[in-house]
Amino acid sequence: MQGINITITVLIASIVCGYLTAFIAGFCRLSNNIILRKLTGLYVEVFRGTSLIVQLFWLYYALPILFGFDLGSDFWAGVLAISLNYGAYMSEIVRGSILSVAKGQTEAATALNMSSFQRMRLVIFPQAVRMMLPEFGNYLIQMLKATSLVSLIGMTDILYYGDILRSSNLSQAPTVYLLVLIFYFILALPLIFLTRKMEGISKKGVASG
Amino acid sequence: MNGNWNWDTFFDALPMVLEGIGITIGLTFACYLFALIFGFLWIFLRRIPVKSLNWIITWIMEFIRSTPPLVQLFFIFYAWPMVPVIGMALDPFTSAVLGLGIHFSTYIGEVYRSGIEGVDKGQWEASTALNFSIRQKWTKIILPQAIPPAIPMLGNYLIIMFKEVPLASTIGVVGILHMANSYGAQHWAYLEPLTIVAILFLILSYPSAILINKLEKKMNRRFDKKAIVKNSKGAVM
Amino acid sequence: MGEPIVRYENVHKSFGAVEVLKGINLDLKQAEKVAVIGPSGSGKTTIIRMLMTLEEPTSGEIIVDGKNLWHMEKNGQLVPANEKHLRQVRGDIGMVFQHFNLFPHMTILENCMTAPIHVQKEDKKSAKERSIEMLEKVGLGDKLGNYPSQLSGGQKQRVAMARALVMRPKIMLFDEVTSALDPELVEEVLEVIRDIAHEGRMAMVLVTHEMEFARDIADRVLFLDGGVIAEQGSPEEVFGNSENKRLESFLRRFRR
Repeated sequence: MQGINITITVLIASIVCGYLTAFIAGFCRLSNNIILRKLTGLYVEVFRGTSLIVQLFWLYYALPILFGFDLGSDFWAGVLAISLNYGAYMSEIVRGSILSVAKGQTEAATALNMSSFQRMRLVIFPQAVRMMLPEFGNYLIQMLKATSLVSLIGMTDILYYGDILRSSNLSQAPTVYLLVLIFYFILALPLIFLTRKMEGISKKGVASG
Repeated sequence: MNGNWNWDTFFDALPMVLEGIGITIGLTFACYLFALIFGFLWIFLRRIPVKSLNWIITWIMEFIRSTPPLVQLFFIFYAWPMVPVIGMALDPFTSAVLGLGIHFSTYIGEVYRSGIEGVDKGQWEASTALNFSIRQKWTKIILPQAIPPAIPMLGNYLIIMFKEVPLASTIGVVGILHMANSYGAQHWAYLEPLTIVAILFLILSYPSAILINKLEKKMNRRFDKKAIVKNSKGAVM
Repeated sequence: MGEPIVRYENVHKSFGAVEVLKGINLDLKQAEKVAVIGPSGSGKTTIIRMLMTLEEPTSGEIIVDGKNLWHMEKNGQLVPANEKHLRQVRGDIGMVFQHFNLFPHMTILENCMTAPIHVQKEDKKSAKERSIEMLEKVGLGDKLGNYPSQLSGGQKQRVAMARALVMRPKIMLFDEVTSALDPELVEEVLEVIRDIAHEGRMAMVLVTHEMEFARDIADRVLFLDGGVIAEQGSPEEVFGNSENKRLESFLRRFRR
């Protein structure tokens, strides 16, 4: 079926940008700079507080009007919406994990006379990442599901072709949509197993005390 | 630069968008109620002690959970009427309740499950030792302990579902997003109506999120608090 | 004394590949007090858990008051018991657990009242009266409105006993009821059991590590070892000079 490469491209771009956003925003919220902290806080609350589909439409339809510039393509509108939305959710996980590791381990690292940067890089961050893994895995599947929305702004992904097929032959609708669902599920399967693996890694590597 | 922000458009669009809010909120609660009830069904289906059936149910849940709700909505709205024998045409609202309700029931089911698994095994044993019937064990002993800790999570899902409900505008449920899009199409002005929608979501979901947070903290102290109240009553008697 | 109230007939129990009980034969007489001792992992607890229907025997029969516990008759054939049958037969049995297992969402009065009302369909007023009476008897008459989380371990265990007793069982099972308690709280619990034992009406099976206590109140002591009853007799016989080497070395650990 056509469109599968669009779905996969959007997914991969969203995952990369989403994780990047999550880490940047997560660290900004832990920064000492109060303005940076408050601004990121605002970003997180706005994107968590509104709906992904609304954000997508807003970025696609409203943003070009407001600032007079286009995001260039529906592709970037889609990727940006998904990664900003899930980046906001995941930044909370980044923040929470780092805080919870830092609580117990900072003293030990300080006792070893590490600088604050070394402390973060060598001790806190590696542990915090393990802690984030299971939730990050869950969000992979959330992002996959979210990619289906880009058909609404005219991108030719799996669902888009499904819709076309359906409208050309109405009686085929059940088969068509079932196929689309199965396609998504096949894409989800590796993510599901990856998530389980990440949960396994996470269980092993975090200090309990 | 054509237009930019225009307050006149904003106030012109506001009443029209607001018309959709009843539908959006109503649909949210309808979906939520459906998911709450259907979530229990998953629990019972999974407790049927037949291994192969168990496996099938687990994967059906996984399937529903990991495929897009948007496609599921389309399936129910466009494809269901075409399904031979059991198929029937459903109006957009009902389709949305079914589609989103079933999708989220798999999540709600997990919330129930973790609540139930959180109840100590000894509680089952004690209720067997006191000779409760299976039904009484559930209603008097297990669920009263399993549900309260799950309430914050369940509340979270209400907010999450609220934010998923605008998906239903794609099959023609006239909630706020649908209204905003119609306004946009009529007046060729999307910025203001879509911003109104975003603001509405923010002012409705943000306070609820804070409320849930408070609830969660309160829940953690629940038994102690309740205990103090009852105790002081006891002292008066 | 007549017919035994409980009879184990060649009962085996395996968990996976491990056979924990390898043929238990046991008669419990009306009002008899039996203490079960033995090394941990010897299956002591499993014996009473099967009687409470918390664990199903792998083979063998348990007869309670003339009725087969784990099997019932259907069209002249013996088939595995269903829930209804289990509920009928286990109605006369009560149990107290090592970890109390009080219902945390109920006050201690509610903990005691709820089963008589819902299981035995007793009317609310008399169930409440009897529960209060029972809680007073175990020394907790001033704690009726408290929740389990507000009680000490010893108090919790006394509530658990009151809860079991208001059901008026003919057989009471005690599963290491003092093992989870701080040492200074053990005596208050044993005191209550002693009182119950002296009233004498119920048969009691106590799985315990309190040797002194077992000697004190038991009519008969069973020493369980290697999945079988390795030794049994009156407390004097078992705690006196036994020829069983394993029993000797087991008991030595409790003597100082």
